[in-house]
Amino acid sequence: MLKNITLGQYYPVDSPVHRLDPRVKILLAIAMIVAVFLVKTLAGYALILLFVFLVSKLAKVPFKLLVKGLKPLRFILILTFLLNLFFTNPADSDALVSWSFIRISTAGLHQAIFFSLRLIFLVLATSLLTLTTSPIQLSDGMELLLSPLKVIHFPAHELAMMMSIALRFIPTLLEETDKIMKAQMARGADFESGNLIKRAKAMVPLLVPLFVSAFRRAGDLAMAMEARCYHGGKGRTRLRVLKLTVDDALAGMAVAALIMLIIAERTLFPGGIVIGRFSL
Amino acid sequence: MRKAMSIELRHLSHVYAPGTAFSSVALNDISLTVHDGDFLALVGHTGCGKSTLVQHLNGLLKPTDGQVLVDGEDLNGDKVDRRKLRMRIGLVFQYPEYQLFEETVAKDIAFGPKNMGLSAEEIDSRVRWAMEKVHLNYDKLAEKSPFELSGGQMRRVAIAGVLAMQPDYLILDEPTAGLDPHGRDRILGIVKDLHEGGTTVVMVSHSMDDVAQLATRVAVLSHGTLKAEGTPREIFRQREMMAEVGLGVPAASSLCAALRARGVDLPDDLYTREELKDHLLRLWKEVSGC
Repeated sequence: MLKNITLGQYYPVDSPVHRLDPRVKILLAIAMIVAVFLVKTLAGYALILLFVFLVSKLAKVPFKLLVKGLKPLRFILILTFLLNLFFTNPADSDALVSWSFIRISTAGLHQAIFFSLRLIFLVLATSLLTLTTSPIQLSDGMELLLSPLKVIHFPAHELAMMMSIALRFIPTLLEETDKIMKAQMARGADFESGNLIKRAKAMVPLLVPLFVSAFRRAGDLAMAMEARCYHGGKGRTRLRVLKLTVDDALAGMAVAALIMLIIAERTLFPGGIVIGRFSL
Repeated sequence: MRKAMSIELRHLSHVYAPGTAFSSVALNDISLTVHDGDFLALVGHTGCGKSTLVQHLNGLLKPTDGQVLVDGEDLNGDKVDRRKLRMRIGLVFQYPEYQLFEETVAKDIAFGPKNMGLSAEEIDSRVRWAMEKVHLNYDKLAEKSPFELSGGQMRRVAIAGVLAMQPDYLILDEPTAGLDPHGRDRILGIVKDLHEGGTTVVMVSHSMDDVAQLATRVAVLSHGTLKAEGTPREIFRQREMMAEVGLGVPAASSLCAALRARGVDLPDDLYTREELKDHLLRLWKEVSGC
């Protein structure tokens, strides 16, 4: 039952996007998120959608997979949409639907659509990052981006190291969980039936050994690292030295162009392109 | 309690993650029967499917194909209470000490019997009985935390936790892995006593010497298929086959073969130290003429 869990959602193919410097990709993902919040019109979102689509083509990541990443968010999306739809009711906005206590206004519909779209594109932009960057590269990139903060004693290296170690041990712990679960089932443990309290209690025989072994592993690992002279980040060189390339510059320019287009669209058509009662 | 009869594997196959890119065949068309009173040793190279096979014997894994019959009843049938059956087929995993979780040794051993819904007195008497079986002193250790014990003691507590259910079948997956020679002998002694007491035993082992000492039957697995099955004598005389699947033979068998190659008149199927010693003594007496 605990099999088939892939770590993160890294999609391992070779593409220009995969080869980009992780630092650049993290910054560009943040820039994309900013862009998503700058957009005021549907036409602007169409622009971002086109951009995301093109990047996914370039990255050889199936667009379907990207959209699939939205699935866990479907309840939040629906909730956001409905809440905004029913509870945004400014007095100056005309009603689309008015039936007993329910009133849906044009502004409400507008707000509902835009908030949902914002959420969707937020996830799409970050998915593009995690699909094309391996967890190790991600934590490397984070460490380097945060390293200027070392001046104020921010533990950038330690944070990145913790992240890589945590990622490294997720499969191990999953395997261990599976094994302990089976061992307790062999002693007649029942994880599947009973009410909530009974089920929570049934987890004790699973969680205690799991914690014990996690601490034991952590101790062993710390010992093994010290035995190999690990002493933190100071003076430590890297196996994979990150270098900026022309591709990184091009990627930066592409995202800059996108943001400029969005700003231009926003200033040229402040009200959007108006069709009937709706503005796009 | 019903008397144990047999666990029968019929054309058992198991595929991990079927239908995906990661699918791999762990077991392929295995037919094997564990009879009442057997001491069956499962041997094979690392990754040959021993642990997967063992988890089918009490229904923790479902076969992709084929059947597991316990006393003639399909273990994976719709109406079977697998939880009940698991209590009759005790399974001791590899490194079982990592499953300990209770505050005290006695409470941990009581986990299985408690799940069976036994009375408090019955649970207590079973805990005492199981601790005695694994040579743990009840008065000294029952109220200690299992995490304060030594590795070997922890393993015996874990084994006691399975024994306390008084299963008809006892399955052990490499019970001696990672123990020192003394701890190993202790565990093997416990298993031997249990078998002599009437428990049917299935043991996964890497040590051919242990197998030679204890098993009444041996099953050899290789790449998920059953390569050979028979008495230790039948299996250990096939030295080429054993080498082919990456296993050795007991030290006594190798020595016997080496002596035969030098022209010493010995039968070709000796495999225990004792019988080799007896034959050598007989030869010595013949040669020295006394």
